[in-house]
Amino acid sequence: MAKKILTEYINVPGIETFDAYRKQGGYTAAEKALKTMTPDEVVEEAKKSGVRGRGGAGFPMGMKWGFLAKPEGVPRYLVCNADESEPGTFKDHYLMKSIPHLLIEGMIIGSYALGAKKSFIYVRGELMYVIHILEKAIAEATAQGFLGKNILGTGYDLELVVQPGGGAYICGEETALLESLEGKRGNPRNKPPFPAVKGLYQSPTVVNNVESIANMPWIINNGSDAYAAIGIGRSTGTKLISASGHIQKPGVYEIELGVSVEEFLNSDEYCGGVRKGHHLKALVAGGSSVPILPANLIMKTANGEDRLMSYESLSDGGFATGTMLGSGGFIVFDETACIVRNTWNFARFYHHESCGQCSPCREGTGWMEKVLHRIEHGHGSMHDVDLLVDISKKIEGNTICPLGDAAAWPVASAIRHFRDEFIWHITNPYEASQPGAVYQGEMALV
Amino acid sequence: MTETPNLVVFTPERLEKVNKIVARYPEGRQKSALLPVLHVAQEQWGWLSSEVMDYVAGILSIEPVEVYEVASFYTMYHLDPVGKHVIEYCRTGPCCLMGGEDVYGYLKQRLGIQVGQTTPDGLFTLKEVECLAACGWGPVFQIREKYYMNLTNQKVDEIISDLSI
Repeated sequence: MAKKILTEYINVPGIETFDAYRKQGGYTAAEKALKTMTPDEVVEEAKKSGVRGRGGAGFPMGMKWGFLAKPEGVPRYLVCNADESEPGTFKDHYLMKSIPHLLIEGMIIGSYALGAKKSFIYVRGELMYVIHILEKAIAEATAQGFLGKNILGTGYDLELVVQPGGGAYICGEETALLESLEGKRGNPRNKPPFPAVKGLYQSPTVVNNVESIANMPWIINNGSDAYAAIGIGRSTGTKLISASGHIQKPGVYEIELGVSVEEFLNSDEYCGGVRKGHHLKALVAGGSSVPILPANLIMKTANGEDRLMSYESLSDGGFATGTMLGSGGFIVFDETACIVRNTWNFARFYHHESCGQCSPCREGTGWMEKVLHRIEHGHGSMHDVDLLVDISKKIEGNTICPLGDAAAWPVASAIRHFRDEFIWHITNPYEASQPGAVYQGEMALV
Repeated sequence: MTETPNLVVFTPERLEKVNKIVARYPEGRQKSALLPVLHVAQEQWGWLSSEVMDYVAGILSIEPVEVYEVASFYTMYHLDPVGKHVIEYCRTGPCCLMGGEDVYGYLKQRLGIQVGQTTPDGLFTLKEVECLAACGWGPVFQIREKYYMNLTNQKVDEIISDLSI
């Protein structure tokens, strides 16, 4: 069995309660950090562990902590990004509802390291039932002296606030999240200044994903060296993968980074293989934003090496033949899936979620959706395929936040790898627009 | 169908809840309470009329337009009257791969309404939403705080029957 850092105790009955979590060694890391370590020592451990942002960007968490400005007399904030909304991703949802104290303990450790006295967990509003679970757990932890004034007699005070969102994917972008937390529309801010200097209420702020923070208790208990020894290369530790689509066993799995895609997809420990009687056609490995890859390229790199579930291996080959680990939203498509229809669906998502501040994204996402809609519904023209590529290029890199890129990549990659399927839709409009119609031409199935 | 209330005041329990929410932000940052307070308002009135939004603005000492611009930005806030149960189904890719389009088609047929409409008895309003972060358990819809997952036509029948009583 692979090493479990986040989910080892997730199936223990009652683990959502303080007592059950405590019985499994919960809150010993918070005690250790607050009683025996300086804040800088905790930051150092985060750095040495090599743990990278698990929300999608993959930026080293310890380094992000190191950037935090510490002017005298100005409050600092730690904000947990639990606005999980990337299509294909549901790991934070699963983690928070199942073992809320793990995140709370991580928040205590992180807040102590950064010198934050008030920290926030921003949860997407749709997950109101999870907010209730977190609030109950916070009340328990406060009653037990792990939150509030003078925690464990150390003189350190921390208040933890759970903030609901209102339904907006864009608030997963950290500066949009901060705007939202200030009670405004979720419009991303221009950077610089970065949140580390001017974040929440114009004060120095760190924003970290749920899963990133939830790694801290284990790192403090077992040491950064032990953490860094798990995984492969610069992809240290474990990763929660949200597996969905045409597989035997959809769900959330914790993997050691570096397990092969083939093993993750086919072994009974994880997805259990593609649906019985079907074959793998395509795969989105890291949430809807990352490039979709055809079956052959997701299993092996262009050089014929086994593709691994790690930041480096998944991006091997760049966007020409590779993709990204992203948020770990692993969406599997078998031969019954229509790539054009799915691409239109994703384009509609990004159009719907664009905040509208930057014109390339506001106009471009809607344009791509319209063009894809007409191709899917039998009204496309040959010119449309290159038009889509052109629009995607004009969005990419030309917006103040990554939503523009996130909207462009799925479209560009679908055309890069499945151009024939788009052309089939255009040249066989009647057939292709029938419900359930799927391209049957030559393609590499695995 | 909920009507615009004549008297816009939080119930004493909700007002206490709202006061607790407002108190958790630093001094002078009470606007941070806006999103959570709008959720409480929607819980009480079902939707956010301009009277309700003005009332919330007064509580937080902000301009009404600051409430309108937020309420219209986020998809969870209903700016028109809704039925007793608002069914919000996920239309995004992974749920569709799991047969969502067929199930949602059945749901519309069963209710006899399209997206954005409310059944004549005022019981159900149907809305389409984007990814609800439950992709492995799709197709999914949400009614208030509850997630209904791994939907099939049969499950849709059961849920609608249960809620129609």
